[in-house]
Amino acid sequence: MSDYIFRFNKSNKYLNATLLIIPMVLLFIGIYGGLMQTLFRAGIVTSDPFVGGDYYKGLTFHGVLNAIVFTTFFAVVLGNALIPYSLKKELNSRIAWISGILMLVGSVLAAIVIFMGEATVLYTFYPPMMAHPLFYIGLTLLVVGSWVASANWIPMYLQWRRENPGKKTPLAVVGMFTTFIIWFIATLAVAVEILFMLLPWSLGLVDEINVMLARTLFWFFGHPLVYFWLLPAYVMYYVFMPKMAGGKLYSDMAGRLVFMLFILFSIPVGTHHQYMDPAIGAQWKFLHGIFTFAVALPSLITAFTLAASLEHAGRQKGSTGLFSWMGKLPYFKKENWFFPYLILGLIIFIFGGIGGIINASYQMNTVVHNTAWVPGHFHLTVAGPVLLAFLGGSLYLIGQFLNKEIRLKGWAMISPYVYTIGLFIMSYGLKIGGLQGMPRRTNTGLSYANPDSILYQPDWIAYIDLSVIGGVIMFIGIVIYLASFFATVFAKGGNGEGEGADVTFPISEPLHDEKASWLRNFKPFIIIAIILIILSYTPVIYDVLQATYGGSPPFSPESPVPLR
Amino acid sequence: MDKSEKLALTLSGLLLAVFLSAIVYASVAKNIDVPTCITDIDPFLTDTLFQTGPDSYELQMVARMWAFQPSTVTLPAGSTVDLYLTSQDIIHGFKIDRHNVNLMAVPGAINYMQVTFNEPGEYLFACHEFCGAAHHTMAGRFIITEREDEPELIGGAF
Repeated sequence: MSDYIFRFNKSNKYLNATLLIIPMVLLFIGIYGGLMQTLFRAGIVTSDPFVGGDYYKGLTFHGVLNAIVFTTFFAVVLGNALIPYSLKKELNSRIAWISGILMLVGSVLAAIVIFMGEATVLYTFYPPMMAHPLFYIGLTLLVVGSWVASANWIPMYLQWRRENPGKKTPLAVVGMFTTFIIWFIATLAVAVEILFMLLPWSLGLVDEINVMLARTLFWFFGHPLVYFWLLPAYVMYYVFMPKMAGGKLYSDMAGRLVFMLFILFSIPVGTHHQYMDPAIGAQWKFLHGIFTFAVALPSLITAFTLAASLEHAGRQKGSTGLFSWMGKLPYFKKENWFFPYLILGLIIFIFGGIGGIINASYQMNTVVHNTAWVPGHFHLTVAGPVLLAFLGGSLYLIGQFLNKEIRLKGWAMISPYVYTIGLFIMSYGLKIGGLQGMPRRTNTGLSYANPDSILYQPDWIAYIDLSVIGGVIMFIGIVIYLASFFATVFAKGGNGEGEGADVTFPISEPLHDEKASWLRNFKPFIIIAIILIILSYTPVIYDVLQATYGGSPPFSPESPVPLR
Repeated sequence: MDKSEKLALTLSGLLLAVFLSAIVYASVAKNIDVPTCITDIDPFLTDTLFQTGPDSYELQMVARMWAFQPSTVTLPAGSTVDLYLTSQDIIHGFKIDRHNVNLMAVPGAINYMQVTFNEPGEYLFACHEFCGAAHHTMAGRFIITEREDEPELIGGAF
C-alpha cells in the first residue's frame, strides 16, 4: 500500500497545480492584509501603503481570501487528489476544469470588487450593509464550482462500490465525502441568502431585506463552514500522520465514527453564533448549544485516537516510559518536513478547542461575544491547525503533481514552528484583550489605542502591542514557507514533464480494524442530520419571522444615509 | 473498540455533561441567561429613559451610524435598568464593560437585557460589530454616581 503510485493524466496534473498555485498567491495577499490589521489596530499605520484603503477594506480581503477562498480551493484539490488515488480511478478532466474555472473566476471577481473598495462588508457580509453585486456573484461562482468538483467524485465512488462489494471505503474517501456533504447542506442556506435575498436586493429588484433572516441563514452556513475547514485537516491527521510518525492509526472505526458524528451535528448548531441576537428564543439558542457540545465529542475522540496513534509510533521506536514516546516523534527531521505542520496544528488545537467550548457555553458567551477574544480563538483553529495542515498539504501536493523534489526542506520544516510561536503571542494578546472588553473588527488605532482620543483605553495597549509582535512573527513564518513553496514550483526538472503526474500519499494502516458495518453507509446519517436540522431550525426561523418588523434598505459603509 | 477507547469516550461524554450542567445551573439557579425573543414592545426609533420604581428604570436605546442614543447615561448606584436596544440603520453591537450585558442591535428587531449597577464608576460601551467607516468611534458610557443623584441624559433625542 505504501509504495502505491497513481498516475494522473496531464490535464488533471496541470489543473490541480493551478488550483494550488493561484490560491497560494491570493493567500499571501490575504496574509499581508492580516499583518496590516495588527499595525492598523496599534495605530502604526492609518492607510494601507500598497493597496490603499482603510483597516476595514484590509479586514475584508484578509477574511475572504484566507478563510473562504484559500480553504475552499485546498479542500477541492485534496479531494481531486485523494479520491482518484484511493479509488484508483481517473478524474473526469472536463468537469474538473469547469469546476476549477468557476472557482477561479468567482474568486478573482470578488477580489477585484473588494480591492476597488466596492465590497467593504467583511467576510460575513451582513446586510443591510451592501456590497457590489459582483461580490455576491463571485462568491456564488466559487461555491458552485466547489459543488461541481464534488459532484465529479460521486460517480467514481458509486462505481467503486459496485466493483468492490463488501469492501470498506478507504478512510480518506469517507473523510472527503463527509467534508463535502456538510459543505453542500450548509451552502444551500447561504445560496438562499445570496440568490433570493442579497443579490436581487443589491441589483435593485427588491427594495428591502429582513436582516435577522439573512443573518440566521448566514449562520446556518457559518458554523458548518468551520468543519468544512477542519475536516480536510482531520483527513490528513487520520490518514497521513500516523504513518509519517512511523506508526499506525490506532483505530479505523474511531475515524469513521468521528466523520459520521460530524455529519450529524455540524449543522444544527449555528445559533450559538447568535446567542446575543434579538428575535430568537433563549430555549432554541440553548438547544443549539447542546448540539454544539455534541459536535465537540468527535474532536475529543480524535484527540484520543491521534494521541494513541502517536504513542504507538513512539513505542515502535523503542520508547517504554509513560511519556517518553513523545520525545521519539520526528519533530525536526528535514526529510519529514510535513510532520511538524500536523503535530503543531494538533497542539494549537488543544487551545482552540477549549476556546470553542467556552464560546459555545451559552451565557458564558456574554463575556466574549464579538470581543477580540473571538479572533483570538479562531486564529487558534482556522489559522492554526487548519492553515498549517493546508500549507503542509499544499507543499506536499505541489511536489507530487509537478513531480519535483521539495526545495528548501529545512525552511519548510522550520516555518510552522516560527508561525506557531507568533500565533500563540498574537492570540494571547487578542484573547486577554477581549476579556478586558476590547471589541473585535475595530480599528482601535484611531480611537481606543490613540492617546489623543477621548476613547483612549490604556488598559488595552499591552494586548494590542502583543498582537503586533505575534503578527509580525507569523508573517515571517509564512514568508519562509512561501520561499520553499515557490522555489519548488519554479525548480527545474520534474520527471515526466509534459506527461502525467505520479502521485503517492503516506496512507496509514489501522492498528485496530473492526468491521464497523453500521458506519459504512452515509445515507442514514444524512437522513438523521436533516431531521436534526429541521427540528433545530424550524423554531428559530419561526421566531425570527414572528418577532421582526419592517425591512431594511441598503447602506454603504461610508454613510448613514440609505442608498435608496 | 478496545478498553482504553471506551474509557476515553466515556470520560469525554462526562466532561461535556459536567459543562452542560454548569450552564443549566447558571441559568436556573443564578438566573444568568442570554437575550430571548421579545414581541411585547412596540417598535421605537427615539431613545427614552424613565423611572419605573424606586431603583428601577426603563431605557430604550437606539444604535445608529455612528453613535448610541443616548451616548451617556447617568444613574445612581443600585439602579436596575430594563434595557431595550434596536438599530435604526445597520447591525451594531453593544457590550457594557464589566457587566454581563452583550447585545446585538439589529434593525427590525428589539433586543432586551436587564442590568443592575451596584458600584459607582464609568462603564464604557463600545460598538463591537463592524458598522462602517467610523465604527471605531461609536461608543458611550454609563456614569454611575453615588446615590441621591437625579438620572440625566446627554446626547439623547429629547
